Amino acid sequence: MNLYAIRAIYRFEMARAWRTLTQSIISPVISTSLYFVVFGAAIGSRIPEVEGVSYGSFIVPGLMMLSLLTQSLSNASFGIYFPRFTGTIYEVLSAPVSYLEIVVSYVGAAATKSLILGTIILVTAALFVPIRIEHPLWMVTFLVLTAVTFSLLGFIIGIWADGFEKLQLVPLLVVTPLAFLGGTFYSIKMLPPLWQTVTLFNPVVYLVSGFRWSFYGISDVSPLISLAMTLLFLLVCVAIVAWIFRTGYRLKP
Amino acid sequence: MNPMIAICALTKTYEGGFQALKPVDLEIREGEIFALLGPNGAGKTTLISIVCGLVNASSGRVTVGGHDIVRDYRRARALIGLVPQELTTEAFESVWNAVSFSRGLFGKPADPALVERILRDLSLWDKRNNRIMTLSGGMKRRLLIAKALSHEPRVLFLDEPTAGVDVELRRDMWQLVRGLQANGVTVILTTHYIEEAEEMADRIGVISRGEIILVEDKATLMHKLGRKQLSVHLQESLAEIPAALGDWALERSDDGQTLTYTYDAERHRRGIGDLLNALSAAGLAYKDVNTTQSSLEDIFVSLVREKA
Repeated sequence: MNLYAIRAIYRFEMARAWRTLTQSIISPVISTSLYFVVFGAAIGSRIPEVEGVSYGSFIVPGLMMLSLLTQSLSNASFGIYFPRFTGTIYEVLSAPVSYLEIVVSYVGAAATKSLILGTIILVTAALFVPIRIEHPLWMVTFLVLTAVTFSLLGFIIGIWADGFEKLQLVPLLVVTPLAFLGGTFYSIKMLPPLWQTVTLFNPVVYLVSGFRWSFYGISDVSPLISLAMTLLFLLVCVAIVAWIFRTGYRLKP
Repeated sequence: MNPMIAICALTKTYEGGFQALKPVDLEIREGEIFALLGPNGAGKTTLISIVCGLVNASSGRVTVGGHDIVRDYRRARALIGLVPQELTTEAFESVWNAVSFSRGLFGKPADPALVERILRDLSLWDKRNNRIMTLSGGMKRRLLIAKALSHEPRVLFLDEPTAGVDVELRRDMWQLVRGLQANGVTVILTTHYIEEAEEMADRIGVISRGEIILVEDKATLMHKLGRKQLSVHLQESLAEIPAALGDWALERSDDGQTLTYTYDAERHRRGIGDLLNALSAAGLAYKDVNTTQSSLEDIFVSLVREKA
């Protein structure tokens, strides 16, 4: 195990975040505050409690998930795409590091950033609405699993993309709609029966539902199913990454 | 002695069918400076990229320091430093961090004293806290070398190190390479500047269209293929070569002012002294003589043309 290499890449990636520290903290704080102004104060006051939880509190887990998904994707995809774009990836590919070590360090750094971000959002949200966390251990588990899974997905996108447009394509066209339609701002029980069934094909539903359960003990689907689906998604991403490195896809001609 | 790098029946066909390397066999000895010469697109970079792990070979086998580059890639790659042809650097990192990063990436514990020495050797010490994007092209080239040396490699690949580099940096680089060789580092440089190979290399390999067409000690190569020419500038122009000089195979210039004698040390035992005596004996007065030796460039051009 080349621990020095893992540390070098991890620190390098984290340094990239520190350089843009203000924007990495200020932008999530501002966007979270905006969501609370709009959904919490303006609209939320007209929406009754959802399963015994005030609407403002209800959307906190979804809001965290939304940022976690998009930030994990963009951090991880940019982290690996940029060296490919500039050509500096040559150094990593020529170094005595295994593929596992490369993934662990890049994805680890991206997931770390997302987790820090999630924490910032949680703290910001706590300033607006009362929050309680009934299952803290599960909350952390879902948080970490989601951050890692979507960082892996981001890593895959960063390797697949051959232009900055493609880098934006998946987050914009797939993940953001799935996140918004995945019960981030509502319980899927509010939907007509047909759409409730359709929604079950959306993986984000399971992430949000499980995560919300860890907060308030309420969920759209059983937390165990949520956990199983999250793990399944994680495994799919791991399998794709393994395939990428075995074939050298887009990395080695 | 086992070779430092052994390349055996290596081929590469890119997706799309372009065959960049036909079966290539090559051995690089430990501690030598080996120049790989070839025109653009001959396969120099592909060959280096395979050895360094940037490109997958289609078939064949490479060992570095006895370690297979695929099965035992960790030990093989740990021995290698690569200075790529393109100026591919980070933009926002500082020089110091970039070099320290490279050392860590190659599995070595931090060693500030060593990094300092490398930066000083490459005149980068004053720039250590500068962002890389603020460096000039030459400085970036130095940085790439510093990164490659940061993990104390036993083999250094320099892919066209002096392309677009000023005279001063070129001299520094040559000096650096000699210093590395003194420490037992094997250096492989690709170039299409013959001058560079002539100046630096112990051995020279010529690659053209994916094939190594020649590997030779530089001195032997120069000796074997290096033709010498003696030009004699006459006092008065000559209508035709006198019969007395018939067996010297002289060439007369169109204006009759110059006689050219082509010879090489191997085949012709008769020295130029004899020729000059013969000229005097024939009553020809000359105002000047000069000799030229063909450079590696001439050799290279004739080789590539021959095989084409």
